[in-house]
Amino acid sequence: MQAVTTNDTALSLVDTVVVLGGFPALAGVSFEVREGELVALRGANGSGKSTLLRACAGLVPVARGTMRVLGVDLGARSTTNSSAMRRHVGLLGHKNGLYADLTARENVRFAARLVGASDNDVDEALARLGIDTRVASTRAVALSAGQRRRTALASLVVRRARLWLLDEPHAGLDSAARVELDAILRDATRAGATVVYTTHEVVNAAAPNAGTVPRTITLAGGAVASDVKGGSAR
Amino acid sequence: MRRAFVVAKKDLMIEWRSRMLLVRVAPFALLVLVLFAVALDSEPLILRAAAGLVWLAMLFSSLLVVQRAFAIETDDAALDGLLIASGEPSQVFFGKIIAAFVQLLSLAVLLVAGAIVLYGATVSASNIVLLVTTMLTASLGLASVGTLYGAAVANMNGKDSLLPLLAMPVAAPLLIGASRATEAALGSQTIDASAGWAWVALLTVFAVVFVSAGAAAFGTLVEAES
Repeated sequence: MQAVTTNDTALSLVDTVVVLGGFPALAGVSFEVREGELVALRGANGSGKSTLLRACAGLVPVARGTMRVLGVDLGARSTTNSSAMRRHVGLLGHKNGLYADLTARENVRFAARLVGASDNDVDEALARLGIDTRVASTRAVALSAGQRRRTALASLVVRRARLWLLDEPHAGLDSAARVELDAILRDATRAGATVVYTTHEVVNAAAPNAGTVPRTITLAGGAVASDVKGGSAR
Repeated sequence: MRRAFVVAKKDLMIEWRSRMLLVRVAPFALLVLVLFAVALDSEPLILRAAAGLVWLAMLFSSLLVVQRAFAIETDDAALDGLLIASGEPSQVFFGKIIAAFVQLLSLAVLLVAGAIVLYGATVSASNIVLLVTTMLTASLGLASVGTLYGAAVANMNGKDSLLPLLAMPVAAPLLIGASRATEAALGSQTIDASAGWAWVALLTVFAVVFVSAGAAAFGTLVEAES
C-alpha cells in the first residue's frame, strides 16, 4: 500500500467522471482542496453532491479522469489499494450509520475501537456533542433524530480523521447543535483536517460564523457550476 | 486482525441485546427438528436421518443468522462507515465470520442435543472428538458461505429471498459432509468413524476455500452494491 502523502493538497479532481447505473452522476468535475480547508458543496437534488463525497471516500469507482485523495490515486486508471487512505477519512452520510441495539456511548466506542482511540477520546467526543448525559446510555433506537445525528457526529469526531466528508450534517439538528457543529468543523480545520460538507442551506454554506466563511462549490448536472471563496470567484 | 475482533465483538453484543438467536433462530431450528420427526413418523427412519435433519435445520438457521448480521449494517447505512473505518474490507469479513461462527456453533450444540433428546440418537465417548470437530468445521463453513453471499446481496432488492437461492446450492457439499460425519459420530450402522474423518477433511477444505475467497472478494462485493 502506498503511503498517504499529501503535498498540502487533500483533494484533487481533474475531469472526474462517475457513472451510476449508466448515468453520469459526476460528469467531469475538476477542483482542488487544500489541507485544512473548509468547503461547502451546494447544489440541487441530483446534482452529484453525495456521489462526489462517496467517490472521495473510495466507495464509488471513478470511470474517467483523475482523483487524488490525501495523495492516493483513486482515478480511473488507478490500481491503488485505498485502504490506508480510508482510515484517514470520516464519512457521514444522509443516514447516521448507527446500530439500533447499541447505546450512544457504545456506538461511539465502536467507532473509536476501530481506529485505536481511547475511552477518554470517547468521553471527550460525547461531551463535545452534548450527549454525555443519560443520552449516552440510551439505545440508539430510542434516541430522537437530533440525538442520533449528534451520536453519529460524535462517532466521526472520535476518529480524528484527516478528511471529513459530511452529507448534510446540519439536517435534523436544532439551532444550538448547528452552532456547535459549525464550531466543531472550524476546530477540525484548525487542527489540520480538511472538511467537505454538503448543504442546501445558504446560511450554513455561507456563514458558519463570522470570519470563517467557507469556500462554496456549487454543483449542477454533475459538474462544477461555481467555486467561490469570500465572495470572489476562483 | 484487531479490527476483525472489534467487529465480531460488536456483532455479538448486538446479538446479546436483541436475543435474536435465543428468541427466534433457536426456536425455529428446534421446530424444524420436531416437524421433521412428525413428518417422518418412523423411529428407525428418524434415527437414520437424524444427522441430516440436524444440518438441514442448521442450514436454514444460518440464513437467518447471516440476514440479521447484514441487516444491522444496512438498516441505518452503517456499512459504508464500517468499511471506511476498518480500512481493509477483509477485516469486516473476518469479524462477521467470527460472530456468525460463534452463533452457529452454539446452535449446532443445541441441535445435536435436540437430536439426542428428540430422536434418541446416541454418541459414544470415542466419537465425541469427531462430533465436536464436525461441528467446528461445518459451522465455520456455513459462517463463511453465508457471510460471503450475505455480503453479495446485502444492498440488493429482494435480498431475503436471494440469499437462500444463492447460498443453499453452494452449501450442498457442506450439508452432505456434515451429515455424513455426524452420522459416523452418532454411531450409525451405515458409516464408520474413519469415514467420518474423511468427511471432516472435506469440511475443512470447504471452510478454507470460502474463508479465503470471501476475504479476497468481500470488499468488491459490498462496494459494488453500496
